[in-house]
Amino acid sequence: MIKTADELRRASVLFLKDVYKAYGPKVVLDNVDLAVRGGELCSLVGPSGCGKSTLFRLVLGEERPTSGEVSVGGKPVGFPSVDRGIVYQQYSLYPFLTVFDNVVFGRRLGHGILGSLGKSREFHDEAMFYIEAVKLAEHKDKFPHELSGGMQQRVALAQALIMKPKILLMDEPFGALDPGVREHLQVFLLELWERFEMTIFFVTHDLEEAVYVGTRILVLSQFYSDGRGNGAEVKRGSKIVFDRQLPRRAGATAVKDRAEFRALIQEIRQAGFDPHHLQHVTKFDLEHPDSFHDLTDEELKKGE
Amino acid sequence: MREKLMNFWERRRRNPCFWGLHAGPGRYLNWFLALVPFAVLVSVYLIASDIRLKENPDYKYLPSVMKMAEAVKELVATEDLRTGHYILLQDTLSSLRRLGMGMALAALSALFLGLNQGCFPGFRALLLPFTKFLSIVPPLAILPILLVAFGVHETVKVVLIFIGTAWVMSLDVHLAACKLPKEHITKALTLGASPLGVVYRVVFPQVMPRLIESVRLSLGPAWLFLLAAEAFAASEGLGYRIYLVRRYQAMDVIIPYVLLITFLGFAADWLLRTYMRWKYPWYFVVRES
Ligand SMILES: Nc1ncnc2c1ncn2[C@@H]1O[C@H](COP(=O)(O)OP(=O)(O)O)[C@@H](O)[C@H]1O
Repeated sequence: MIKTADELRRASVLFLKDVYKAYGPKVVLDNVDLAVRGGELCSLVGPSGCGKSTLFRLVLGEERPTSGEVSVGGKPVGFPSVDRGIVYQQYSLYPFLTVFDNVVFGRRLGHGILGSLGKSREFHDEAMFYIEAVKLAEHKDKFPHELSGGMQQRVALAQALIMKPKILLMDEPFGALDPGVREHLQVFLLELWERFEMTIFFVTHDLEEAVYVGTRILVLSQFYSDGRGNGAEVKRGSKIVFDRQLPRRAGATAVKDRAEFRALIQEIRQAGFDPHHLQHVTKFDLEHPDSFHDLTDEELKKGE
Repeated sequence: MREKLMNFWERRRRNPCFWGLHAGPGRYLNWFLALVPFAVLVSVYLIASDIRLKENPDYKYLPSVMKMAEAVKELVATEDLRTGHYILLQDTLSSLRRLGMGMALAALSALFLGLNQGCFPGFRALLLPFTKFLSIVPPLAILPILLVAFGVHETVKVVLIFIGTAWVMSLDVHLAACKLPKEHITKALTLGASPLGVVYRVVFPQVMPRLIESVRLSLGPAWLFLLAAEAFAASEGLGYRIYLVRRYQAMDVIIPYVLLITFLGFAADWLLRTYMRWKYPWYFVVRES
């Protein structure tokens, strides 16, 4: 570890240290450490049930960690608030509002009914700017149910963007879309990310998507071994077992067929998704410069 | 000719319009079928009435249409001796006013209770069990208590309608609020909503259509409570009139009144439904998905 935790915390938009989360006897997150810098498009994958959504909820502030620290922008997270934007797979949009109203909603809510008086021109221009950025200007008066799934997710992006969050959290945002639309939106997201210099935390179960979209890939997995042994009394949860910087490629999705891309995916599959391939905690592939991992003595214990 | 007939039957057999699982009655047939039971009812009545009246012209229980029309004309044209109002108009307006006030109060309270119970766990813990308890108390059984408490004034009718419908509607609104995806609330918080903003700008607009549906469903019980209360404590109103003339077995008044009440109920339902379709077009899509 090169930097101290304090330095990292200051340099990071999202910072987790020694985070544990247990539901009753079941440990889901087991001593997770993570620092994400501004401007990063950080994707998180892992086998199903590994705790991706749990981690996501901790960052969002819907739940508290059992112990450990979660901060955004240097401050411990509280309940969900404007510094964290969000795009869900479903239910991001309000069905009773048109596209325009959905996008402008955040500005209106933030100012209250009285505070919004006299601001409608300003709000309108701002909302239209983002609606144009997601290329939906001609659909602005439609209701969400009149749009395709891909268009709905673009509205959801505009809706979150208008708040200029410190970090945009995306939970399986393209999970419900057809493959073609999905690829299209991946490219689209990258364009927006570049244009607006966003920091994005992107959770998905699709490995290919994670590697394609991310500038950094994190793998959360319960398949590893450590000094605590394999006894029935050991309640092991998931850790980040793989953390690498990814080369930023030009938008084309053709890279997905390239050999190095496939090789990386194979590597990740083995590191995080194979229940029989148990890497020891000290051997994790944590090459990313911001990666750090404070192991407990228990976990480091030799033997067995 | 014979061939044509055979073809016709064959076509009918393949595309049945009435019988079986695959029947597809067309638009006109649909209308026609809908009218059949009404026609049957009216005919049976007319025939029965005709037969009885031929045997005994003074028979009161199955009055002829003429007789009913005369009775109605009298009710429309005569002024009440005491108040100086036209009876039918006065009865209708009084009943509608009570119904409207009772339902409006009940709907407002249901909205307030249901919304807050749906959104705030503390409020829910405090009031939900109590609301459930109240919703089970049979309103008609406490009518005597209400009569003692409120006397025979207007209040008692409005209160009975309120008590009879508000709790069930508030549970309905509460359920609708609980059923909203949690994502909507979290999302609103990330968009900068205050707690009240969440309740009144995110949850409220989405439970409104459910409240209106609930009002539609409660209209039936509301009429029941209104008629019952009017029977006991009123000096005008549709229910009052029916119970009053019952003493004289005046079917020629009762039947038109029943038809009027039915029509009013139907009209109220239709108005609310039309309003919903116009105001909440998204609701039907969301509900079905
Ligand atoms: N509220 C909860 N109560 C109890 N167990 C939970 C709860 N939420 C998640 N879990 C458990 O935590 C584990 C991780 O779940 P989740 O975060 O949804 O995984 P993922 O999103 O990676 O599929 C699962 O085994 C699940 O059973």
